[in-house]
Amino acid sequence: MTGADPILSVKNLSIRFRTGDGMVYAVNDVSFDMHAGQRLAIVGESGSGKSQIALSILGLLARNAEVEGAALWKGRDLLAMPAAEINKIRAREIAMIFQDPMSALNPYMTIERQLSEVVELHEGMSRSQGRARALEVMDAVKIPDARARLRAYPHEFSGGMRQRIVIAMALMCRPALILADEPTTALDVTVQAQIMELLAEVQQAMGTAIVLITHDLGVVAGFCEDTLVLYGGRVMETAPTRALFRAPGHPYTRGLLRAVPNINDPSATLAAIPGSPPNQTHPPRACPFAPRCEDAVTACFETLPMLEPHAGTASRRACLRPVEALT
Amino acid sequence: MSGPVLQANDLHVRFVARQTKRWPWSKPGQVKAVNGVSLTLDPGRTLGVVGESGCGKSTLIRAIAGLTPLDRGQVLLDGEPVDYANRASLQRLRARVQMVFQDPVSSLNPRMTIRDIVSEPLVYFRPKLDGTARRRVAMDMLERVGISANLANRFPHEFSGGQCQRIGIARALVAQPRVLLCDEPVSALDVSIQAQVINLLKELQREMGVALVFVAHDLGVVRHISDTVLVMYMGGMMERAPAGDLVADPRHPYSKALLSAVPVPDPDARLSPQVLKGDLPSPLDLPQGCLFEARCPVALPACRAARPPLIDSGDRAVACIRAEPEPV
Repeated sequence: MTGADPILSVKNLSIRFRTGDGMVYAVNDVSFDMHAGQRLAIVGESGSGKSQIALSILGLLARNAEVEGAALWKGRDLLAMPAAEINKIRAREIAMIFQDPMSALNPYMTIERQLSEVVELHEGMSRSQGRARALEVMDAVKIPDARARLRAYPHEFSGGMRQRIVIAMALMCRPALILADEPTTALDVTVQAQIMELLAEVQQAMGTAIVLITHDLGVVAGFCEDTLVLYGGRVMETAPTRALFRAPGHPYTRGLLRAVPNINDPSATLAAIPGSPPNQTHPPRACPFAPRCEDAVTACFETLPMLEPHAGTASRRACLRPVEALT
Repeated sequence: MSGPVLQANDLHVRFVARQTKRWPWSKPGQVKAVNGVSLTLDPGRTLGVVGESGCGKSTLIRAIAGLTPLDRGQVLLDGEPVDYANRASLQRLRARVQMVFQDPVSSLNPRMTIRDIVSEPLVYFRPKLDGTARRRVAMDMLERVGISANLANRFPHEFSGGQCQRIGIARALVAQPRVLLCDEPVSALDVSIQAQVINLLKELQREMGVALVFVAHDLGVVRHISDTVLVMYMGGMMERAPAGDLVADPRHPYSKALLSAVPVPDPDARLSPQVLKGDLPSPLDLPQGCLFEARCPVALPACRAARPPLIDSGDRAVACIRAEPEPV
């Protein structure tokens, strides 16, 4: 993507955790740009650091984390901001949708209080203004009979409805960017389809940019125009979604795509990726995927490949032996 | 032996819901978790069971395994009825029907080495083996699931999720059961590991001739591994069909909705999911008529009146009065 300046620019982000077993290098040298209204997917398996990236942007990392790099929001570095400053950006400009809608809501507060609290705190609205905005947003996320349900508590809603409330909460201040961390993982497929449709609608109506963090390539294919693939805390590949699915450049992306059973194309055996995910207790010195990569050569175990643009396309990949070089 | 290895006729499972008791003397509510499910499984074949969370798919196989009491219905193993109240009958069932659980880590005893975990079933099911033979059989089994025998003295926490699931599979298969009941065996695993475990299950099935009942919510996975698929909704059976036919031509409106909602990893396949209205009804208060009627896009008044019977036409069965008739 070119043209306008990015609204969010993450530069060389690294996140480490001090744990009882030593350092864990969760995110290593990750950079990406977000433009207004863009839908970006961050795809990775558990432990690849995808959620930590989102948490670091909003200053929500655990206390034992050490962060390096920068996340520039309108020219200001979110990572270096004092808590009081970043609090003004949270919800107002950047909002987050969490994976588990039950634990993201306070069980002791009515829906009305939880929703209007956001605007009362961040925009100084009165209670009645807050209620009006809450109603408006509940209609936008299609909660039936919103007025009657304002007084309800989270446990009175089903999983899908709760996730709608969490989305409503994220929309309260009409943020420019929403970080959606596995928003449908806890939901059933038919409900997942509802929620993804809703997110797409809201995104189009409000022009919000969305970072969708997920492990589900199926969800990505239907929703995001750009995709970033993480493995072992490093960016393996970033590309427009269509190009990535049609012609994956990184062997990991290719392996991931082959390992997903496609309901329309059941082949005899799934092409599993051998081995297990990397141990991240050391800073990466070589490609983290090399031990599981069928195309790895000696150099892959010795050098750290940089993310480089693929000639003539919008794709970039960090690989010494990208897929098209092999065929 | 010919004929089905496992047969279940009209299974019902109910749970008492105590928290719905308003007063000490009021009648407690009942959750009807499984409502009249029947299935047949031939030796060496795979039956997939799909449905959304809470549809009773796990309860169904737990009831077959004898882990949850059946309310009504009969289970036949190699044509012989299982008496869940009879110890000897249960023992025979357990020797022939084993289970693999969803959470690979919590289903292994953290205080036992994996060798002990895998050899324990042999103590009960092959009592003639002595310690050395048991150890050898267990080691062989571990090697077959891809766990190196020199790791056999380690404890479950030293293994990754995918490896723990392999150990769980080894434990279930070590006594050579005829049926393996898999309760969401890959849902807790990452995609790249998930494929390894599915391939392993298929390979072991081919080698050992074990029949699988594979419960999962991921239709892609179920389609991939199953010969026949059973679609459940609110504890009831909506449709049964060969896996390929179900995907190509679902007949029940719920199966259609479920299939259209599956996200396909292909950016050009905008299938326009048929988005269902509403949520699952409360299992405490099941409708009189069709279980799916409230969310069904093609429901008729007659659907509310009576529960549609399962119309079985050999390899396919569907419980819907609006299902398209069989093309003649």
